[in-house]
Order: sequence, then structure tokens, then C-alpha cells
Amino acid sequence: MTSAPTVSPVTAGLSAPALRRIEALVIPLGALIASALVFSVFLLVLGKSPLQFFGLIWTGGFGSAFSIQNTLLRSAPLILTALAFAIPARIGLTVIGAEGALVLGGFMAAAVAIPLVTGGVAPCFGLPVMALAAMLTGAAWIGLVGWLRHYRGVNETIASLLLSYIAIATMNFFVEGPLRDPASANKPSTMPIGELYRVGPIPGTTVHWGLAAGLVLAVVLHILMTRTTFGFAARMTGGNVRAAQAQGLPVGFLVVGCCAIAGACAGLAGFFEVAAVHGQANASLVAGYGFTGILVAFLARQNALAVVPVAVLFGALGASGGLIQRRMEMPDATILVLQGIIFVVLLTSETLYGRIPFLQPRRTGDRT
Amino acid sequence: MTLSTLTRRSLLKTGAAGLAVATLPATLARAQSPVVIGAVYVGPRDDFGWNQAHALAIEVLKQVPGVTVIEEEKVPETDAVAQSMESMINLDGANLILATSFGYYNPFVIDTAKKYPGVQFRHAAPLWNKDTDPANAGSYFCYLNQAHYVNGVAAGLSSTTGKIGFVAAKPIPSVLSNINSVLLGARSVNPAATVQVIFTGEWSMPVREAEAANALIDAGCDVITCHVDGPKVVIETAESRGVKSCGHNASQAALAPKGFITGAEYKWETIYKLYADAIAAGTEVPNFVVGGYHNDMIRNSPYGAGATPEAVAAADAAIAGLKEGKPIYVGPLKDNAGNVVIEGSMDNYDPVLDGMNYLLEGVEGSIT
Repeated sequence: MTSAPTVSPVTAGLSAPALRRIEALVIPLGALIASALVFSVFLLVLGKSPLQFFGLIWTGGFGSAFSIQNTLLRSAPLILTALAFAIPARIGLTVIGAEGALVLGGFMAAAVAIPLVTGGVAPCFGLPVMALAAMLTGAAWIGLVGWLRHYRGVNETIASLLLSYIAIATMNFFVEGPLRDPASANKPSTMPIGELYRVGPIPGTTVHWGLAAGLVLAVVLHILMTRTTFGFAARMTGGNVRAAQAQGLPVGFLVVGCCAIAGACAGLAGFFEVAAVHGQANASLVAGYGFTGILVAFLARQNALAVVPVAVLFGALGASGGLIQRRMEMPDATILVLQGIIFVVLLTSETLYGRIPFLQPRRTGDRT
Repeated sequence: MTLSTLTRRSLLKTGAAGLAVATLPATLARAQSPVVIGAVYVGPRDDFGWNQAHALAIEVLKQVPGVTVIEEEKVPETDAVAQSMESMINLDGANLILATSFGYYNPFVIDTAKKYPGVQFRHAAPLWNKDTDPANAGSYFCYLNQAHYVNGVAAGLSSTTGKIGFVAAKPIPSVLSNINSVLLGARSVNPAATVQVIFTGEWSMPVREAEAANALIDAGCDVITCHVDGPKVVIETAESRGVKSCGHNASQAALAPKGFITGAEYKWETIYKLYADAIAAGTEVPNFVVGGYHNDMIRNSPYGAGATPEAVAAADAAIAGLKEGKPIYVGPLKDNAGNVVIEGSMDNYDPVLDGMNYLLEGVEGSIT
């Protein structure tokens, strides 16, 4: 970022919180632009046109009603899985197991749907049961990670990653064994939930209700983490566990609680994958949303509200990836290269916080 | 914010907007061309296997005047394929979609076909059911087990131990039929021949494929063949261990100059040529096309150095027999648990064979 050596007249009159917000907006945006420039060099080296590339991202991601809906559709699961990373991050935990909670939650939704559908239970009652089953399963799965962390000292990053593999293997076991629909000869799946039980699109769009659920949860969780005593205690624990314990905060409850919330978000994403997208549980649930969500949360700096625009950006990159392959004849890894560059540049830009002179409040002394 | 930041940002924004406008005429021009064919592949187009076989054959469609072919590779068998197909339809104006991977069909091709009744969809597996599935969808498939039968004949006469190793992906009917056909081909020339099979569980899992090939060679097999998406690793492993090999999907002759016998190859170009002719003539693309040796839809790779003269003669005779409709499955045949599974002589295209769920006596291995 360029900077003026003296305090800029534009920002001089602003309060410290306002400056912090501007800083939190300017630095990631600047990093995005810087990544685009670095990526342009990469494209030029390959003899491709950066202008065509970014034009196609615009066309594929936002250029038409179809593109926008395609983008939003792709961002729906990412919002939920990003929240699953962002919430534990606020309490100082690096939980990377949303993939497993999503898969297991989706599987559980499909599993409880079997008796509901065959029993002829009305969808208005059955769907909430499925969603609840998915969220509880996810909450228990990641909650276990929090419990292991707090009460047994097991590293939560490793535990959640390994539990993901166990979750996927568990789903495969049931889908290929006891709960396999005999009609799914060549692609083992659970019994289809049927048209009646499918969650339809948001009226007037092709985007399913998972997007709305993600938006609501992002707002609710943002309020929870910034405006409630639970959120304050959690952030304080994230800052210093021993200090929080010394203050008498229920650290174990907070750790397990944040992890359970994360798991519930991922489980809900799994529910929508089953109820809105696939109509049954099978290996297609393992689509990597849990892992892309980590990246989204990182770029959103673990802020629940910021997760939404970042997820939309990643949705747009995904939506235009195919178009770039088709029109520019570039490999599908192109978008991964861009994502990687964005990630590295954004991590680097973290060092800029508090160092851009004109965005600092005019006061001396300690800054924390 | 400084002026320079603003300028750079607004400059890029203006640039992006200008680009979006600039790309519009190109989009329209594409939409107006008479036939746009969108091909979707599950893996890379140069995998020495399934995807390469399709990609090479699709080249013939590019020769038809007025036909534009757009291609997208590495599209997973998840919701991503539905989004890719829709993107091809909406942004590139595709009116014929070739979905080339097995798991694309249900629910993605079916649902997308229902949503876009004006677009034709063809899927590469014999799954389309004219009573239940949309009329604008369809299937095309080649019965590759006939070429694997020829592999078996050639392998049976090129092997000294009479033990053939088979690296298989998943125990689904088309794979099982290939394994059983190799056995029957080998037994037609060497009644003591056996086939030992290892399932990797995934269509593409190179590490496990190499392990499986090594394990089969260690167990005494001196001819290795396979049914995985990309046979490259299996064939190279066999060659490096000094044993012979038979290919699958596309020609791997170049990978094994010393030990290659022959290989089972799809001749997708026969089908794609049929489509191209129909499109050029302005007639409907047929909904359901299946075939094998009798209608020139499969072939065996040119014989390599591993094939003995007797093997070449017997394999040529077997091909001639298949072209006349000589049946492969002639009962009574038992599965490897001792149950009689085929009583009489089965036509090579008998739909009963599409539901194959057993390994014949003489195959060492288990599908569970």
C-alpha cells in the first residue's frame, strides 16, 4: 500500500474504531488487488491475456442472472463451512474438520429420512427433524474435538482432521453396507428422500435455501461473538486461556460450545447438500467444501459477517473456473493458482495492520 | 484513503466493467452458432485412459462444419457437474452435452435435462430408461468386455504361469464383466488359467494401483491387466517388474515396449461420428446407442512385443468370432462361491449381464 508520511486530512477527523474498520477493509481489498496483479504476471508469462481472464471471471461469476445465481449456489455451503472454522478460531482453536461434520451430518439427515419417508411423515415435520439430526451430529462430532482438546490435551487441528477421515469412512461403510439402497447398483447411495422431501429453491431463483440459512447464521453468530457475554468470554479465552480461567470463566464449556456451534454449521451444510442438492447420501457429499471453508474463513479474518462476501468471491471463482477452461483453454488448476496467490498475499498483508500511518488514530502510548 | 489507492481501485473497476461489455458480442456470436457441443470429463484429458479415449474421439466432432466443441475436464461427480453443464448451456449456448463419467447420470444429468428440455444430453453408460428418464437425455456405451475377452485369449497364450493379475477399481457390473471376460478368454485357450483380482475401491488411486500391481506380480501373476480410469501406473509397474501387460480404455502400448500384449480400447469415435452426421443432416441425435465388436464400437490395441505368434493368431480368431456374435458367456458357469449363475448361452448384449454381481469360478478375489 502506498502511504502518506503525515496524517492525511481525509482520515484525520475519524474516530479510532472508524479507522480500524477502514483499515480492516482497505488492507484485504488492497491484498486482493495485489494478488490480481501478481496473477496477471503469471498469465502474461503463459502468454494469456489477464484482461480476458478477469473479464471471464466477471462474466462467469456476476455477468448475468444465471452467473450470479451460479455463484450464490456455490457460495451457500462455503458460508456454513467457513463459519465452522471461524467460530472456534475466535476462541483460539484451529479446527479444520468441517468436511467430516458436513459428510456425517448429511449422512445422518439421509439416514433419519428413511423411516420418515417410508412412514409417510409430512415434510413440514420431517425436514426439521432431518436438519436437527444433521446439526446435532455435526455438533457432537466437532464438540468431541473441543472436549478432547480441553479435557485430554489432544491437539484440535490434528484431531479434527483425522476425525474427518473417520467420518467419511463411517459414511462409506453405511452407504455401501447396511443402508445401501439396492437400486443404487453402480453408485452406492442411501434411499432417495423423494421429491416431496426435497428443499426447493428460494422463490424466483435457482439458489437453494442453504444460502438463506448461511446468511442468517452469519448474522446470528456475529452478534453472538461480538455482542453477548458468551462471545466476550470466548474471545477472552481465545486471547489468554489462563487469564480466562483465573477470572473464573467456564473455559471448558466455552471451548466445547464453540466447537459444537461450528459442527452444527457444518452439519447444516450437509443437510442442505442432501435435502436440496443430492436427494440422498453418497460419496458425492465429499466435495471439499469443508476445506475450502477454511480458506474463506482465513480471508474473512474469522469475522462471521465478512465470511459472506468472501464466500461469494470464492463462489464466483468456482463458477467462472469452467468458463476459463473452455474459453481460454487453460487447465482447471488455474483457479487454484489464483486462490493460492490470494491466500499468500493476504497472509502477508496481515503484517500491515497498525503500520499504515494515515490509518492510525492520533494518540501515543500502548496500542494493543 | 489516499488518492492513489482510490485511483487504482476505480481504474480496475472501470476496466472490469469495460471488459464485461467487450465480451458481450462474443457471447452472442457463440450463442448464434448452430451446434455447440459441451463435453465434460471427470479427469484430465491426457490420462492414458478413459478421459483420453473420449477426448481423442471428440476431435472428430470438431471437424464437422458449423460445430463448436467446448470442453471441461476434472469435473467431479458432484453438484459441480450440474453447474458446469448449466454454465455451458447458459454462457456458451451449448445444445448437446456429452457427460462422459459414470456418476454424472443420476441425479445430475437427469435433473439438468428436465430443467433444459431444449438441450440434448448424452451420457456414456447404458443407464437411460426410455420409460422413466427425460426424452432429451440418452445413453451411449461400448461393451468393452468383448475386447477384454480378446485380452484374455492373448494373455492365456502369452503367459507361462497361467496366472493373470487384474487391478480393478470398483466391483460394479461393467468392471466385473471385464474381469470375468478375461477369465473366459484365457480359459478358452488354457483351461487351467486363473485370474487374480484386487479392487482398489476408487476409479483413480495411482498409489494403490501400483501396490496392487506389485502384490499381484509377487503372487506369481505374469500378465497384468486392469480396469481403472488411467491404466498408466499399472502398465508401467508391470513393465518395470519385467512382466507382460494388457491395456484398458486407450492404447498404452507406448508405456510398455517390451511386455505389452494388446489392450481393450473404446472406439467412441464411431458413436461421436454418428452424432456428428445426425447433427450435420439436421436430424435427431439417437437416444440410445450401444455396441461392441459387431458394430465397430470397440477395438484391441495393436499387438505389442509381449504377444506370442500363437496368441496373435488366437486373438484374431476370437475377434472374428465376436464380430459374428459368438457368445462369451456360455453356461453352465459357476461363480467363485460355487453357485450356478449362468445356465445356458447368453447373447453378448443380454441385459441380464448388465446386472452382473459375481466373479466366476477361476477368479481369485472377493467383491465384498
